[in-house]
Amino acid sequence: MAIVSPGFSGRRRSSDVQLPPGQYLTEDFPVLTAGPTPRVPTDRWELTISTEAGRKHVWSWQDLTGLPAEKITTDIHCVTKWSKLGTRWKGVSLDVLLEEVETAADFALVQSYGGYTTNLPLEDLLDGQAWIAYRYDDDDITPEHGGPARLLVPHLYFWKSAKWVRGIQLLLEDEPGFWETAGYHDYGDPWREQRYQGD
Amino acid sequence: MGDDHVDGNALAGDLREIFAVDLTAATGRCAGCGYRGEVASLRVYTNAPGLVARCPRCEEVVLRLVRGPDRAWLDLRGTVSLEIPLAP
Amino acid sequence: MARAAVSGRLTWRVASVAENRAITASARSLVFDVPGWPGHLPGQHVDVRLTAEDGYSVQRSYSIASAANGDRVELAVQRVADGEVSPYLCDVLNAGDQVELRGPVGGWFVWRATDPAPVLLVAGGSGIAPLMAMIRSRAEQGSRVPFRLVYSVRTPQDVYFADELRQRAREDAGLDVHLVYTREAPEGAPAPKRIGVATLNTHGWPPDFTPNCFVCGPTGFVEAVADILVALGHDPRRVRTERFG
Repeated sequence: MAIVSPGFSGRRRSSDVQLPPGQYLTEDFPVLTAGPTPRVPTDRWELTISTEAGRKHVWSWQDLTGLPAEKITTDIHCVTKWSKLGTRWKGVSLDVLLEEVETAADFALVQSYGGYTTNLPLEDLLDGQAWIAYRYDDDDITPEHGGPARLLVPHLYFWKSAKWVRGIQLLLEDEPGFWETAGYHDYGDPWREQRYQGD
Repeated sequence: MGDDHVDGNALAGDLREIFAVDLTAATGRCAGCGYRGEVASLRVYTNAPGLVARCPRCEEVVLRLVRGPDRAWLDLRGTVSLEIPLAP
Repeated sequence: MARAAVSGRLTWRVASVAENRAITASARSLVFDVPGWPGHLPGQHVDVRLTAEDGYSVQRSYSIASAANGDRVELAVQRVADGEVSPYLCDVLNAGDQVELRGPVGGWFVWRATDPAPVLLVAGGSGIAPLMAMIRSRAEQGSRVPFRLVYSVRTPQDVYFADELRQRAREDAGLDVHLVYTREAPEGAPAPKRIGVATLNTHGWPPDFTPNCFVCGPTGFVEAVADILVALGHDPRRVRTERFG
C-alpha cells in the first residue's frame, strides 16, 4: 500500500466531465514515444492498405489530401492515464479509403514509419470511427505528434491511434502489435478500462 | 539524435524490482546488429506506456518492460543474451 | 565501505525528509532519512514515488549526491517549472514529511574507490549530483585517485554546492575543478562558451592515461561531450554517461 503524499495532485485538473475510469484530465498534449521520431517528407510519404489476398492499394500524399476530408472534434484517452478533451483534427475517413477495398478480413494491423505497429478489429476502423488525420488544431501535425499523418481512432486508448502511419494490413486472424505483444490489451476500450491483457 | 531518450541506467529501478541482481551492468548482444554493450549504454525511451530500450548502434528494440499494477511484462527478443556479472 | 549489492528484489521504502534547503534559486537539496538504507556507491540513483489521495501516482529518478552515510541520502532536485514532481519536492515537502523511495539502483554509472585509474567528471547543470557523490566519496575514503571536474553552468548563480566545491578544490589534494559558463561569466573569467574540444583537451586527462570518464547532464549535453571525448581518443567503453532527458 503506497503512502499518500499530502497536497500532491500531479499535473492534473479536476473536472466535472465524466472521464473513463482511472483517467485524469490534462490540458497540454504529452508526447509519448517508443523510439526516435521519424521525419517523413510528404513527397516520399505513402499509405498502403493490403488485403489478405495480397492486393495493395496505395495513396500518395497528393492522393490522400485530394480526398474528401472531415473535421473531427473528439476526446482522447491515453493508457498512461491522461485524457484530453475536445481535440480538433482533420483527416480522411477510413470509410473512404476502404470503400474500394475488397476483403473478408476481420482484423487490421496498422504499421508506422519507424516500425511501430498496433492491431484492432477492422470494424473499429469503419462507420465513421477512424480517420487518417493530417491536421491538428488548424495546423499540420508535427512529427512529435505523428505527422505528416497519423491514425485517429479516438474510441480506443490512444496507442491504437498510430503515429506516422504508413500502412494497414488486413488480416483474417488477429496479430498483436508493438504494445499488445508486451502486455497491453488487444482491444483497449477506455470505458471498460482495458489497459492490460486480461482486463 | 533527439533529446527524447535517456540511458539504460534508467532501467535499473524497474528491473531490480524483478531481478535480484543489477541488470544495467550486464552485457547484452543486440539480436539486430550484434552490438555488444552494457544494458546501461542502451537508449531508453521512458515517455511511453512502457520502457523501451534500443540498441545505440542500430536503434532496434532490444528490451521492453511494461509494468501493470500487479504484473510486469519483460520482452527480451531483441537481445541474444545477457552476460551478468556475479560475485565469485 | 558501503555495500551496494543487496540481495533480493528491491521494494519501496518510506523515507522522511530531514532537510530541504536551497542550493541555487531553482534547485534544492533534499536530505532523507531512510531507515534500513543499505548504503550506496557514488553514481547510483533512487526512484522517488509520489501518490495522491485518490491513488494517482508518479515516479521519477534522482541521482544520489551524498557519499554513503548511514541512513541518510541527499538528492539535488532542479525545479522544473511545469514539472509534475520537482515543484512538489522543492516547494511543498518539509522536514518530517514522507515519500516513497526505491534504491539504490544502477551498477554501471558508479565510481569504485578500488579502481586506480584517474577520473574525469563532466557535469552539465544539475548533472553534478552523482559526480558530487563521487567527489565526496573520494574524500571520505581518503582516496588519492586524481579527479578532474569540468562543470558547465549557465551563470555563476547556477553552480550547485558552490562553496563546498571551492573549498574542496583548495583542500582535497588531487581534485581539480574547472567551471565553464555558457550564458554569463563572472568578472575576470573567460567569455561564456560551451564545452568544446579545447576545454576537454586542457582540463581533462590525455587518453593515454586511460581515465574513467563520467558524463552527466541533459541528453544533448551528454551526447556532445561523449562525442568530443571519443573524438579525442578516449575508449568509448570508458566514457560512462547518465542522460536525464
